Amino acid sequence: MTSASAVADLPPVVQGKRRFGWGQAALALAIAAFLVLFLAWPVGTVIVAAFTHKGAGGFTLVNFYDFFATDLFIRSTWNSLYVAGMSVVLASVFALPLAYITTRFEFRGTVLIQTLGVVPLIMPPFVGAVAMQLLFGRNGTVNMLLDQHLGFKIPFMEGLNGVIFVQAVHYFPFILINLSAALRNIDRAMEEAAQNLGSSGFRLFRRIVFPLAMPGYLAGASLVFVKVFDDLATPLLLNVKDMLAPQAYLRITSIGIADPMGYVISVVLIVASVVAMWLSALAMRGKDYATVQRGGGGLARRHMHPWQAVAAYAIVILILLLVLAPHIGLLLLSFATIWSFSPLPDGYTLAHYGRVFSDSAVYITNTALYATLAGVIDIILGTAIAYLVLRTKLAGRQWLDWGASAALAVPGVVLGIGYLRCFYGVTLPDGTPLAALWIVIVIALAVRRLPYALRACVAALQQVSVSLEEAAENLGATKARTVRRVVVPLMTGGMLAGFIASFATAAVELSATIMLVQSNADAPLAYGLYVFMQSAAGRGPGAALGVIAVLLVALCTLASHLVIERRQKP
Amino acid sequence: MAFAGKVSALALSLLLLAGAAAEAQVSGKVSVVTSFSKDVTDPFKKAFEAAHPGTTLDVQNRNTNAGVKFLQETQANNQVDLFWASAPDAFEVLRGRKLLQSYKPKASGIPEKIGSYPINGPDNNYFGFAASGYGIMWNERYVAANKLPAPKEWDDLAKAPYFDHVSMAAPSRSGTTHLTIETILQGEGWDKGWGVIKAMSGNFRQITERSFGVPDAVNSGQVGYGIVIDFFAFSSQATGFPVKFVYPSVTTIVPANIGIVANAPNKAGAEAFVEFLLSPAGQEVLLLPAIRRLPVNPAVYAKAPADYPNPFKDTSLGAKVKFSAETSEKRSEVVDVLYDQTVTFQLEALKDVTKTLHAVDAALAKKANAKAADLAKEARALVAAMPITEAQASSPEIAGAFTGAKQKGARQAELEQQWAAFAKDRYAQAKAKAAEALKAAQ
Repeated sequence: MTSASAVADLPPVVQGKRRFGWGQAALALAIAAFLVLFLAWPVGTVIVAAFTHKGAGGFTLVNFYDFFATDLFIRSTWNSLYVAGMSVVLASVFALPLAYITTRFEFRGTVLIQTLGVVPLIMPPFVGAVAMQLLFGRNGTVNMLLDQHLGFKIPFMEGLNGVIFVQAVHYFPFILINLSAALRNIDRAMEEAAQNLGSSGFRLFRRIVFPLAMPGYLAGASLVFVKVFDDLATPLLLNVKDMLAPQAYLRITSIGIADPMGYVISVVLIVASVVAMWLSALAMRGKDYATVQRGGGGLARRHMHPWQAVAAYAIVILILLLVLAPHIGLLLLSFATIWSFSPLPDGYTLAHYGRVFSDSAVYITNTALYATLAGVIDIILGTAIAYLVLRTKLAGRQWLDWGASAALAVPGVVLGIGYLRCFYGVTLPDGTPLAALWIVIVIALAVRRLPYALRACVAALQQVSVSLEEAAENLGATKARTVRRVVVPLMTGGMLAGFIASFATAAVELSATIMLVQSNADAPLAYGLYVFMQSAAGRGPGAALGVIAVLLVALCTLASHLVIERRQKP
Repeated sequence: MAFAGKVSALALSLLLLAGAAAEAQVSGKVSVVTSFSKDVTDPFKKAFEAAHPGTTLDVQNRNTNAGVKFLQETQANNQVDLFWASAPDAFEVLRGRKLLQSYKPKASGIPEKIGSYPINGPDNNYFGFAASGYGIMWNERYVAANKLPAPKEWDDLAKAPYFDHVSMAAPSRSGTTHLTIETILQGEGWDKGWGVIKAMSGNFRQITERSFGVPDAVNSGQVGYGIVIDFFAFSSQATGFPVKFVYPSVTTIVPANIGIVANAPNKAGAEAFVEFLLSPAGQEVLLLPAIRRLPVNPAVYAKAPADYPNPFKDTSLGAKVKFSAETSEKRSEVVDVLYDQTVTFQLEALKDVTKTLHAVDAALAKKANAKAADLAKEARALVAAMPITEAQASSPEIAGAFTGAKQKGARQAELEQQWAAFAKDRYAQAKAKAAEALKAAQ
């Protein structure tokens, strides 16, 4: 810590005494009430089984003893930790070059790359898996071609390493989005100062640029870790069952529906996720990443030498090809007639799109509506929680952050069942249950995706210097006005990053939705996909619907990036 | 407008009252929770709505387990009229929890039994509308490229050429696979049955967590063979996938069912849909290429394509097994958990032993060796060994561990750990014996 410590040595938020505000307390209470009502209470009604004694019915910890006495669960815990850790490493390898090249250099197609970089996050359920297998599976395109021409195969999709590969491809956008937002927020004066003092090249990046972007990187990396740790779709797609999240899911939905162990694993997942978030917060403690000057447009963009440009394009195209391969497969699948044990489909047709447009338009509009609402709710809550945690001295404010982050670890089925238990008995005047309204799906999506938006908002606020707010307040602005006119505008990049992450993933969420959908007219796209993907004839239309989901999210992401780019042009 | 609408609705219902009294009040939304895909439900929805103008069939698609859970969680304020799914055991669970109401269908021409299996549930709580059998489906391109044989019986799948080419859904995850396992156990007996199942499972490439994952993997060519319910294979063929299907002789033909949910908001509509499903018009919809299920009305087969399997004529289908639903029901969870703990979660170890045993067989075929043959036999016995006997599997002490919080007794997790440890230990011993046999045979 030499030059960077010029910034880092400033003590954390202690400058100026924060007045205790009743407004802040009310806000904190309102958020806490929301979290209790829509997260803690519904989840509590389900996981209480983890602490219940069989037969006697009283409180017990014997189920946790069973957890540690079962080889399978211990093995699963180690596997999950290993996979989550290695996925962060591999995801960083994908994300760092893309983020660095696109934010640091004059580079054509930056917006396109930033948009395409988000697309892997949107892997529609089921059909994404089929597309991955058709490309990278044992008899997928790549392996069939390798086998024909070179006589060997690569086990991309086998065992734990297969899970790491697929997870890194799937979730690296979390690092990309948050790191890019952070890099854009770095004050170029910092970099110039370092250059004036003689630093350049990789040293400049390692000692100045990367440390200053640390909040963004950590936000992304911790999300990847926790998300991979809690993810069940990918391991199940690869038929890896000895990991924690798949064990919880398999048990809650079948062999252990009446057994407490599924809920015990859920509790372990929630605790582990909160601990991971706490550790990442610990890593940031005592460091201040805020910079005062704004409007400089982030790092100075430089021109590349021709050979640098060639290398940069080669790296970017290579990474994009790799991470977008599943979507290329999905696109092929949506136009394919029959694709079976061959490198490419037998023939092509537009019929699948015809079928989807004729009877699934309602799924598309529902998804756009639900995911947008969920994303908006998430950035409002995310910004509010970030502000309360970083800028106030309220007692227990960290719990808001941890509580909201815990949502990441709650299996979707648990949340879905909890909602049915809590809100199905509540009826509206005309007798329909509250849980039957589509707004409940929106709230479930918002709660499940809140951690994504929250991490982005916290990272964004960490980069905004408190002195700017103090300046505004000294000039007579009220607290509310300062937030509205100073803090929020400065956080816009991070908030948009959060919105994209929440929106994109909410658009393809299935596990909680499937418990809550009460009629076809209210169903989102992921549910439509599920319905198609139960039959051989539905594979093509399912893939077409998947492509539409990806396009929908990609277009929204592109729009958000254009907004960011426009704001940054001086 | 609203008034005119009401008047015409009134007039219509009066007309209907005068006409077919039975269907007098059929109108409005009939909501059905089903595990069937859109390809199955859409044609029925169209035909039903055409036959009963003024009704809409609202289809909510959920997998069978989620559907059962949903009805349980929402029973206090039920909004669902019908439950429509394959696995008879799901209906048994619903019946046990009094979530279905009884009804006597008026449709005629439907026999009591298909093979040895009763078509309707006890107390008329649910009604079979289509039959299905279990068998083996395979991808012709995959099999041709790898020069593999065509199977006929379950134990064919245990042979060396099939190693690493077969897939099945976990019985705990798929009601239909559960019945396949139970059919083998009842057809071959508990000990021999588990021997067959484990020898077969040792050749598995993967054990999927969704029923449809198996036909999907076979269709894509990720695996060669899959153990599936017949309509998965028939509808894949109809879609154009290069797949074939065979019924082994130890199979059972089981009905897929529909039941009326207790306190159905639109009871009349629900009854009308059940009647439609069982009527000749409804039964004929089953013959559509994308659906391809076996009607329960024997007369309807007259309209089926030439090569359509007919369980009412072809007596070899399902004849070998007298399937007892009662036996199956008693030990259903125990069998699932036994399979998961001794096979699904130990697949690597099991495959390792199986691979070595195939190598021993190959070596013995070249040059006989009594010592190696004995060791291989011992190894096979160790693989087949089960931690509990048939009697224990249906005993209340063991079955009671799987019912949740209500009864005292052993906890599920304790039994699971014991069974898993038993299997792990036996597979390790078997592996040592098999390796020794291989050394002797070479």
